[in-house]
Amino acid sequence: MAKKQLRIALRNCGVIDPERIEEYIERDGYLALGKVLTELSPEAAIEIIKKSGLRGRGGGGFSTGLKWDITRRVKADQKYVVCNADEGDPGAFMDRSVLEGDPHSVIEAMAINGYCTGASKGLVYIRAEYPLAIERLKIAMKQASEWGFLGTNILGTGFNFEIEIRYGAGAFVCGEETALIHSMEGLRGEPTVKPPFPSESGYLEKPTNVNNVETYANVPVIINKGWEWFAGIGTEKSKGTKVFALAGKINKVGLIEVPMGTTLREVIFEIGGGLQDGATFKAVQTGGPSGGCLMEKHLDIPIDYDNLIAAGSMMGSGGMIVMDDANCMVSIAKFYLEFTVEESCGKCSPCRIGNKRLFELLEKITGGNGTPEDLDKLRNLSHVIKDTSLCGLGQTSPNPVLSTLENFYEEYREHVFDKKCRSSVCKSLMMYIIDAEKCIGCTLCARNCPVNAITGERKLAHYIDPEKCIKCGACMEKCKFGAIFIN
Amino acid sequence: MAKIKLSEKKLQELKDICTSFNHEKGELINVLHKAQGLFGYLPAEVQEIIAKELNVSVAHVYGVVTFYSFFTMTPKGEHPISVCLGTACYVRGADKVLEEFKRILNIQVGETSADGKFSLSCLRCVGACGLAPVVMVGEKVYGRVSPDGVKDIVAEYRN
Repeated sequence: MAKKQLRIALRNCGVIDPERIEEYIERDGYLALGKVLTELSPEAAIEIIKKSGLRGRGGGGFSTGLKWDITRRVKADQKYVVCNADEGDPGAFMDRSVLEGDPHSVIEAMAINGYCTGASKGLVYIRAEYPLAIERLKIAMKQASEWGFLGTNILGTGFNFEIEIRYGAGAFVCGEETALIHSMEGLRGEPTVKPPFPSESGYLEKPTNVNNVETYANVPVIINKGWEWFAGIGTEKSKGTKVFALAGKINKVGLIEVPMGTTLREVIFEIGGGLQDGATFKAVQTGGPSGGCLMEKHLDIPIDYDNLIAAGSMMGSGGMIVMDDANCMVSIAKFYLEFTVEESCGKCSPCRIGNKRLFELLEKITGGNGTPEDLDKLRNLSHVIKDTSLCGLGQTSPNPVLSTLENFYEEYREHVFDKKCRSSVCKSLMMYIIDAEKCIGCTLCARNCPVNAITGERKLAHYIDPEKCIKCGACMEKCKFGAIFIN
Repeated sequence: MAKIKLSEKKLQELKDICTSFNHEKGELINVLHKAQGLFGYLPAEVQEIIAKELNVSVAHVYGVVTFYSFFTMTPKGEHPISVCLGTACYVRGADKVLEEFKRILNIQVGETSADGKFSLSCLRCVGACGLAPVVMVGEKVYGRVSPDGVKDIVAEYRN
């Protein structure tokens, strides 16, 4: 999977032994911290990050340098820098990989971040479901302290910085900054209205700078190689590389890192080796539950923050799930909504009630009871939720619905008007039928039907009563003559 | 809330956990993690004690426990089975695997089998998407599970 890839955030993953700080140092580890502490003022270091064009890799895409600068400008006796390692997007695991494979890069970047913003305390908010990452991080923190990269008077410069770990407990909404901060305070992870932004009033009401793991992993390299180098990679408004987690019906699953501006086609067909078993590409879902499903016609757009948003999806944290003809797009939208309904914290009503209603509409449609009005309702309600929700979760949760409505409207139409699911996923829309030409009347199907829905004389063609049929598929499995098919 | 008698020893261990976090209410989530590690779940009585130790209301503790999916108020089976329903697993048929577990164990998601051996839950992504669909039994991860393979997994733990 090497071709077309460029590894910046993942530069050390799989290369060094993450439990040995010596190996990290051999590869220029903690050089950037030394440089920043001894040669640069906080302002000058922030300027480098700003000019590099690094944007938040957690999904939002906000300028990292600008975020640091805002936190630096606020005056306070205590400030905090936080590493968001609460990787909640199902299908994305780059943060886990960085923490397991190169924990020192995150520690180094957090210390740099602390120096730049004037914070002496760092907190890593990590999922409790990642025991190996937690262990590696703890080992790395201990080593960094022993070597004098964490603690008091770091490298003799008088700069103090220490890191603590806080555990998440399984709440997707905690990826949102304000919710994450509340969770670290031991509260329910509910978001609050911004402003005030965490840069002004965050953890314990002190200025707090929150960045994602992958964002941090980029920082030391930018300091070492210079902003010009970093800004030379990528597209006009999205610089550097992005890590994607390829999954789904693709040949080569796993993490890849490519320069911004690489096309989806290159990622899926060249790096990912195309679809499994020669299946036909149908859709690619980017951005997790907040993103959208893109289709064939989008494959040649260069991947960057703005292009993906323009196409109706988003970068998100970098999950990329490839789907083929066996995936029903209406069911996929329903799957994401089910996730959102479960993960909505319930604080604001558009998200709590709206998503539930969206989910019910999708259930109605996949259940074969959809009406043409439901399609309009889906679209309108989606826009209301997007416009009126409190935090990023609700503001993006209808994206899977809107993008599938836009790109796969035909499938919605078939579900509603023809009562058909072309991928044979929606059970209620399936009908098992016996081909009278092929059926020899062996009665095997009738004997295996758990609800006695199949009738017919021996040696004569059999018939399935659609009213009784529970669509379990047992008959089709048993038939030796291939006489039973799904319509 | 229903009373479950905690042994003196367990009670002391729970209080020790709270003490190790200086009875700080900001450490509630960390305390709950440790407490769940100790008891396997967080029954009402445990929550009451934690509330008292950290000097917060029981409602506050209950609110936090019920907010996060990691915390549970029902005891898990001896071998807790978790089926990953993350997107990567879903598009590769994790829903069918889950159905098979329900059928074989004759329990629903969130329930524990009558003999206390198995409990069934869903989780969202263990970050092993390359192995989709993924099932976890206790700490052990099973990758590329097919509905046909479910009975073998269950059989491993039956005796």
